[in-house]
Amino acid sequence: MPKVKLPRKSTIVDMTAMCDVAFLLLTFFILATKQKPPEVLAVKTPTSVSATAAPDESILITMTKEGKVFLMLGDKTKKDKIIDDFNTTRGLQLTTSELNKLKKMEFIGLPANMLKSALNLPREIPATEMAGIPIDTANNELTYWMRSVTNAYAGEDERKLQEMLLVKGDGETLYPIFDKVKRAFKANDLLKFRIVTEGEQVPLGSELYKTGKVKE
Amino acid sequence: MAEMDVSSGGSHKKGPGVKKSKKLSTRVDLTPMVDLGFLLITFFVFTTTMAQSTAMKMNEPKDDKVEDQMKVKESAVMTILLGKENQVYYYYGSLTEDNASENFKSTNFKEIRKLIRDKRNSVPDGDKPSSDLMYIIKSDDESTFKNSIDILDEMAICAVPSGHYAVVDMSDSELNLIKLTEQANGIK
Repeated sequence: MPKVKLPRKSTIVDMTAMCDVAFLLLTFFILATKQKPPEVLAVKTPTSVSATAAPDESILITMTKEGKVFLMLGDKTKKDKIIDDFNTTRGLQLTTSELNKLKKMEFIGLPANMLKSALNLPREIPATEMAGIPIDTANNELTYWMRSVTNAYAGEDERKLQEMLLVKGDGETLYPIFDKVKRAFKANDLLKFRIVTEGEQVPLGSELYKTGKVKE
Repeated sequence: MAEMDVSSGGSHKKGPGVKKSKKLSTRVDLTPMVDLGFLLITFFVFTTTMAQSTAMKMNEPKDDKVEDQMKVKESAVMTILLGKENQVYYYYGSLTEDNASENFKSTNFKEIRKLIRDKRNSVPDGDKPSSDLMYIIKSDDESTFKNSIDILDEMAICAVPSGHYAVVDMSDSELNLIKLTEQANGIK
């Protein structure tokens, strides 16, 4: 019998194609996922079973662990209007260039009487060094800010503002801070707002789990 | 492209005495790189979905005048008080000087869900909780923001319909009771 020589084939599969696919997917995911807005203020939000996603464009009140309160005006179309309104109603007499500087700032976190001097500083104050908006019972400046916000949205659908109004706070913030923020809202008849939380599983066997209706 | 290592040795004869130098393939094994790629994909997929922050709805009541305030049945009311160090206190009905010692109890966030559920089921109206059912939530000045959100979340978990719970300011007598209980329990 003649020996039949079978050609020996290697079992190695070429990985180049697979590698291409993997990295293509990787690039896709990196580019497709929206970058989270830069978290200048470190805030660890509490969790909730709520399943609604937080809107991207928002009027965001941030409360830090230290009890400082910041305002972020995410709605670009209204930001200028709100800041101009605050300037006139509070009589800050900011010049156009100062106003422009303020509008470029991401976070508003300074008492109104400090705004002018802070805007004239050669460098921009980072949010972490800001004093926060005063919210004491005697001088709750957030109330004035919220008034400017409501003024800017006046005449529009109420629900639009309700859906954009967000409160985000560190879990360790003491309750009075949150209470004063609520008071500032209430003073402007803003009774409905949302709280930014981190998602959480509905506990098994709970009433909510049984009904299967996970709403807000 | 496919890698086929089928070179049978010694195809090039270089004459006697010349050592066969093995031709090294320029192909690199890409398997680890593929592994890394997919690992990164998994990482990105997981981290991005997890970081999605959610929004919880809050409805605040208007500041009513005293005469406009809603009256609720005492038997269907449970008051939950939030203290410092994640402590929770509660009582049923109303608090008087006589019944404070036995009616005012302390608990924690783990137990409160059961208590809320028990209260919900204790005043039934068919399958649904009674329309009288009311939870009153009061926060101490030393409780945290997380506590207030957690208790509202418990309301959602126990499917307490909105309108059946309210956040109210704490009274001095309750504050005193919390202080006393804290001292007794050794909470600083």
